Amino acid sequence: MSESRESSVAVNLIGLAKSFGPVTALAGLSIDVAAGELVALLGPSGCGKTTALRALAGLQDLDRGQILVNGRDVTNLNTNKRDMGMVFQAYSLFPHMTALENVEYGLRMRAHRTPAAQRRSRSSELLDLVGLASHANHFPHQMSGGQQQRIALARALAISPTVLLLDEPLSALDAKVRTQLRDEIRRIQLEVGTTTLFVTHDQEEALGVADRVGVMKMGVLEQIASPSELYERPRTAFVAEFVGLTNQLPGTVRDGMIELMGTKVPTLPGSIGSGAGIALVRPESILVEPSESGNARVITASFLGAIARVHLQTKDGASIIAQIPSSDAAEIGAGRNVTISLMSQPVFAKPA
Amino acid sequence: MSTKRSPFLTIWRWAIMLIVSVYLLTPLAAMLDFSTKIGRGKRGLYAWKAIFQQPDLISSIGVSLELAILVVLAVLLVVVPTVVWVHLKLPKLRRPLELICLLPLAFPAIVLVVGVSHTYNWISIHLSESPLTLTAIYLVLTLPYSYRSVAAALNSVDVHTLSEAARTLGASTGRVLFGIVMPTIRAGVMSAAVISIALVLGEYTIASLLNFQTMQVEINLVGQQDASIAVAVSLAALIFVFVLLVIIPTSTKRTKVLEPIES
Amino acid sequence: MTSSVQEKGTGSALRGAGPLRWRRHSAYLGVLPFGILVLVFLVWPTYSVVTGAFQNSHGSFELHTVKAVFTDPGHITAFKNSIEISAITALVGAILGSLFAWAVATGKPDGLLRRTTLSASGVLAQFGGVMLTFAFLATFGFNGFVTTFLASQFPNSFLAHPDWLYGFLGLCVVYTFFQIPLMFLVFLPAIDNLKPQWREASSNLGGTTLEYWRRIGIPVLIPSFLGSALLLFANSFSAYATAASLISQGSIITPLEISTAMSSETGVANASTAKALGLGMVIVVGVVMTLYTLMRRRVSKWEQ
Repeated sequence: MSESRESSVAVNLIGLAKSFGPVTALAGLSIDVAAGELVALLGPSGCGKTTALRALAGLQDLDRGQILVNGRDVTNLNTNKRDMGMVFQAYSLFPHMTALENVEYGLRMRAHRTPAAQRRSRSSELLDLVGLASHANHFPHQMSGGQQQRIALARALAISPTVLLLDEPLSALDAKVRTQLRDEIRRIQLEVGTTTLFVTHDQEEALGVADRVGVMKMGVLEQIASPSELYERPRTAFVAEFVGLTNQLPGTVRDGMIELMGTKVPTLPGSIGSGAGIALVRPESILVEPSESGNARVITASFLGAIARVHLQTKDGASIIAQIPSSDAAEIGAGRNVTISLMSQPVFAKPA
Repeated sequence: MSTKRSPFLTIWRWAIMLIVSVYLLTPLAAMLDFSTKIGRGKRGLYAWKAIFQQPDLISSIGVSLELAILVVLAVLLVVVPTVVWVHLKLPKLRRPLELICLLPLAFPAIVLVVGVSHTYNWISIHLSESPLTLTAIYLVLTLPYSYRSVAAALNSVDVHTLSEAARTLGASTGRVLFGIVMPTIRAGVMSAAVISIALVLGEYTIASLLNFQTMQVEINLVGQQDASIAVAVSLAALIFVFVLLVIIPTSTKRTKVLEPIES
Repeated sequence: MTSSVQEKGTGSALRGAGPLRWRRHSAYLGVLPFGILVLVFLVWPTYSVVTGAFQNSHGSFELHTVKAVFTDPGHITAFKNSIEISAITALVGAILGSLFAWAVATGKPDGLLRRTTLSASGVLAQFGGVMLTFAFLATFGFNGFVTTFLASQFPNSFLAHPDWLYGFLGLCVVYTFFQIPLMFLVFLPAIDNLKPQWREASSNLGGTTLEYWRRIGIPVLIPSFLGSALLLFANSFSAYATAASLISQGSIITPLEISTAMSSETGVANASTAKALGLGMVIVVGVVMTLYTLMRRRVSKWEQ
């Protein structure tokens, strides 16, 4: 098993801009990735995250901008000279080669010329790392989607790349495989220590895997922060709504506070200063108590294992989703009257 | 996503396209040239006009066109329904059907005509002497192409699910076949029809060895005496089929039944 | 029809209720017209040729004709010529056609170039027979386009004297005319199936363009290429009409020998010769088509 290396490579994307005719894919994107870090680029389709990744890989040319890898300008360097390993969404394994031959491929290239014995041992090492040593002589069409992606990962890592790039590697897989593989990828990345950029449209995936997550919208970065910071202190309405579930509750903002359901709650930086606003409230910030004279009624309650999600309707007709521990959900069934109240977590308030 | 392409590659591309285009287009240009020459350096449409002065040629063109229509009808009424029927109701026969439809590729026309000549002797004595009886053997010749067209179209659309859905909603067999399945495989059926027309109009081997007067047989006959006329007719036939192929939508683009809703 | 009891399994899509055995077999009625047609005009002729080769004029089994055909030097030469012409035109057509397919495939997928070349190829591939002969007569024949041009410019050049057109070389050049579009049509899907991700992955892993083609592009394309070339071989081998209208003297290829045997004045005795020759052709084409099917199967395994 390889020793975990401390990567000293940092990546800087500076002012990346690219348009495809009238469509702007990137509008001045700047991101710094620290050595050994896994940064996830998250956003809806068309936000430019894949374009950014491919630009970093050299598969996409740019209109403007600069890419530095460890201080070295690689902007005009060919793909095959950038020494980056990439895992694609699908179809990237060479169909006429076995798993072992696929993994070995990079090591056969003149750029990474390695003698045969060393090639074999390195490839076997990586197949062990991804847990597929027994499939070394299988062809891609004999393996499942999840297995193929693991081989793709092994192949990308075989050349000990300076940067690892993952382009929605889990999107084409079944839900269950997705969760397992996601943790695998993170485990391997931590073990090998390669600086990594991971693109996805699935926020659960991004939050679960990354050191920092960059949320993108229409070619720009909205916010880049650790998963918890992104979740608890979103800096824009888009980030607040894209990451995790939110309830939209109207209220009036004054002096950095917004009044909702009888409680005054502090607003986060970036919210509107005063006037009518809409607070984006997380489901778990809503407390639910069964009570006959309550201010809301339960529509449905879904048991999701450790937590329960409760759909409510207030006396004013607003729809609210609350999240409570399952143990508290015992008496909260459909049609019950409840009292809901807010925890005093800071919320993001957007203009009404 | 645009990828970088070296100018070297682009040069190669255009070089190849040029060479092949020249090789393929020269004979066509030559046909045009040849059919409009009327003696020392002069040009004229004599050859083209002369086509209409050859009664045998005209009648043979009529025969070939009639045959083409008959064969297309036969393809539409016999081959297509059979392929669909087997696909939906008799899946065990799918393999044998595919093999049968590939048989004409393995048994070229020149060999087939040897085996079929006795049958056609019998037909000309007991049924009819008309060249339109060629429809049957021509239908067999189109099988590899028409089968493949229809089968490919059936595979690209999940006909099974569609017909079961229609069935559970109360549709009768006829309705399912003609109202649901046929429209969705329309592109494949069109493609089969056009290929059949091209095949019938171009067929010479069987017609000549069975002594029927189809267009190709006549062209050959006329050509022995006056090549210009033969060249003119051939060019006309070629253009005709090309126009058909361009007009009739036979592209492999799948008809979008449902547009995905952009989220 | 009354509503049906949906049985599990395939074929249930259109089944109705009723006396079960009748229902199960009634479906076969649907293929009856097709079946009769195919039986009379395909199965019976092929059977008749294969067995007829081994029958004499009285219908009893004998090997004499077959032996005679396969040992006669004239027949052997024709056979050899057929195979050579087919091999040459298949090779040339395969190479030029595949290069052409590559050139078009790298263009816009919906572009005008692709659509025009696809339509044109569809027509040209079927454009065999008599029309092709006259096209080439118009080009390289005695009063042809290229011939007259060359006669004035380069009077001593090979192409200025069109005798070559009416023999072996002529057939090769003419046959290649429809082999190239056929190869284009049959091979283009294979090139389309080269996933861009393979190219990108190869680059990403340090590979140059040459390395990609050498290790990935070409190896993946070879089964399709070979399969398509085999198809071209079978196509050329089976061709008759062009040769019949081009070559007025002599039967230098097997199909021409068959037509001679069939229309010969010496009558019934030659029926079995024609069939024996036909059997020979069928064996060759059968072997070629089997190899073709094997190649295709290998390719479809990879396209998962």
